[in-house]
Amino acid sequence: MENLNGYLIVSAILFSIGTIGVLTRKNAIVIFMCVELMLNAVNLTFVALSRHLGNLDGQVFVFFVMTVAAAEAAVGLALMIAFYNNRETIDVTDMNSLKW
Amino acid sequence: MDMITFPTIDMTPILPEIYLSLLAMALLLINVFMPGRQKGYLGYISFVGVVAIAVMTASGWGIEVSSFSGSVIQDKFAIFFKIIFLLSAGLSILLSDQYMEREGCNHGELYPLILFTVVGMMLMACGTDLMTIFLGLEVMSVSLYILAGFNRANIKSNESGLKYFLLGAFSTGFLLYGMALTYGATGTTRIFGISGQLSQMAAPAANIMLLAGMLLMITGFAFKIAAAPFHMWTPDVYEGAPTPMTAFMSAGPKAAGFAAAIRILVISFPALQPDWSQLFWILAVLTMTIGNITALRQDNIKRMLAYSSIAHAGYALVGFAAGNETGVAGVLFYMLSYAFMNIGAFAIVILIAKKGETNGTVQDFAGFAFKRPLLAAVMSLFLFSLAGMPPTAGFIGKFYLFSGAVQQGYVWLAIIGVINSAVSVYYYLRVMVFMYMKNPSEEFEWATVTAPVALALIISAAGSIILGVVPSYVMQFAQQAAKLI
Amino acid sequence: METLFFLIVSIVAIASAVMVIACRNPINSALSLILTFFCLATYYVMLDAPFLAAVQVMVYAGAIMVLIVFTIMLLNIRIDATRRHSHMIFFGSIVGFATLFNTVYIVMKSRAATPATTVNVEALKAGHTELIGREMFTNFLLPFEITSILLLVAIVGAVVIAKKKI
Repeated sequence: MENLNGYLIVSAILFSIGTIGVLTRKNAIVIFMCVELMLNAVNLTFVALSRHLGNLDGQVFVFFVMTVAAAEAAVGLALMIAFYNNRETIDVTDMNSLKW
Repeated sequence: MDMITFPTIDMTPILPEIYLSLLAMALLLINVFMPGRQKGYLGYISFVGVVAIAVMTASGWGIEVSSFSGSVIQDKFAIFFKIIFLLSAGLSILLSDQYMEREGCNHGELYPLILFTVVGMMLMACGTDLMTIFLGLEVMSVSLYILAGFNRANIKSNESGLKYFLLGAFSTGFLLYGMALTYGATGTTRIFGISGQLSQMAAPAANIMLLAGMLLMITGFAFKIAAAPFHMWTPDVYEGAPTPMTAFMSAGPKAAGFAAAIRILVISFPALQPDWSQLFWILAVLTMTIGNITALRQDNIKRMLAYSSIAHAGYALVGFAAGNETGVAGVLFYMLSYAFMNIGAFAIVILIAKKGETNGTVQDFAGFAFKRPLLAAVMSLFLFSLAGMPPTAGFIGKFYLFSGAVQQGYVWLAIIGVINSAVSVYYYLRVMVFMYMKNPSEEFEWATVTAPVALALIISAAGSIILGVVPSYVMQFAQQAAKLI
Repeated sequence: METLFFLIVSIVAIASAVMVIACRNPINSALSLILTFFCLATYYVMLDAPFLAAVQVMVYAGAIMVLIVFTIMLLNIRIDATRRHSHMIFFGSIVGFATLFNTVYIVMKSRAATPATTVNVEALKAGHTELIGREMFTNFLLPFEITSILLLVAIVGAVVIAKKKI
């Protein structure tokens, strides 16, 4: 496939944007969305490589990554709700009852 | 359209996982249909189940079976690690009831979640496919996020769970990217397939995609085993989580991270061993030094043990960096002995603390030896073992790890390790000084020791001594397990 | 033609991804993220993976994002104008750009494994979903079964953590 590098570069860019977001944002939900962005960037890498290699292992992997993302979303948002119930905030700089 | 022909499947390698899942699901149902506040009996059921499954797992020693078209394998390496996981889970279950009752969060879901965590860890140890390992890791991590945040009413526990979740998910991204690039460079996700591809490559070290994949995977695993500079989450998460879960986290999942990392690197990337060995050399030095130096100035005992657990991961990385059989056997042995001594130490921390996790500083140990001489003696045993003093398990473990490094020619690494463990003696001894040489600050009601906690203490004390006095018996198993290829 | 289309989709994907981390209001971030997900689904179609494109839209844009938006609404987080919404911008950007340059460098320099056999694109296109199903229920049966445990853990965990009274 001629355009493999294009896809890989786009996914690298998306991955980096996600990384920047995780490191710079303070709202826990936005941080979580940035993690989702990173996972999606990886998914794009998998699918592009799978197409290039002509085997389906990568696509099956993507399917599992989506399941994992769903499971993590359920648990992570539950944790955020529990935190919010006690602290009325989900700003990570307010997570200071333990030293960061 | 023709029908799918299912491959013949041999269930042997995942029988322990199947039984554990069944036990966990049964406990979930029992929890729902048996009303009542008292949930301690679930702990007993799961402990008995864990022991039975451990016996069953151990009986498979020596039988090598690969199944699910190469997704999973039963070998001595996997069995050794499964025993470690079951041991740490069993001990933590014993500690849980008293603690959770005191903190008022004795929900029955705790025990199934611990068992599911073990299922995930086991899959990491016996998986021979990147997908199996990844999904095992996720089952483990998702359960641990919940366990860390299990004490919902406690703000520290909430925070611990949320932090663990955010950083854990972040590290998952790196691990996954590494797996994707490895898949791209080799065209397969099977571990044996990857090593086969590598052996055909002319110069695998020149393949940047492969190298980057390996580096990103190492980053992901370094997060999970809390190696510096990816250790930042550890003290916070360990401090905030319920203490029995902290004990569990420091022993089981850390060992699981090592199991998966060793299997992937030693089997798939033997051609790149000079590269990853170098990297682990640096990681080991950083991890040991940072862990020990920051532990020196901790007053909170859980935080201190958290930093000490970082340091211990560093010692284990020494053996990993060596990458030879002695080193890997040392890692196996060390993880086993660490489970005994660390969970034991946390058991004493549980007894010292009071409701709401107050009383958790080193100063609160003042005069412990005068009030409860036996418990203080046991705590001293664990601390000696953690510090690596001669007749205990910790000493023998470090001895094997460092001799593995020396065999491989990493003399300096071994020397740095020895210096580090000398530094660590200070903060372990500090606790003992408080226990034996200070007077109790005020009238203090010491917690009663319930039967399960006593049993956990006996098991961990016995383990710490037996592994230290007659190590050769266990060591021969570890050496057999370390013969991976 | 396909290259042009690829470029347009890429620009939209990257721009919306930047919006995710730049927007002040979490809701706007979430909506931008949905746009990114749609772009990724487009890529999957272009890469002959229609099944994954469908799953992407249903699971990510449909389920996960609904959950996230729902949580944002539930918590009803006020945007406090006096507070900064981001921190460590310098450090974060340095790390991010380092990651970017590294990965792009790696991609440009590296070569993926050459396909072992000739790729039968027509068969892939025609029976794509069937082939995925086959793979999943034969070669990757074990990971498929593990996901059931994972989802069970997530259900139990979400209930334990977030339910008012257990």
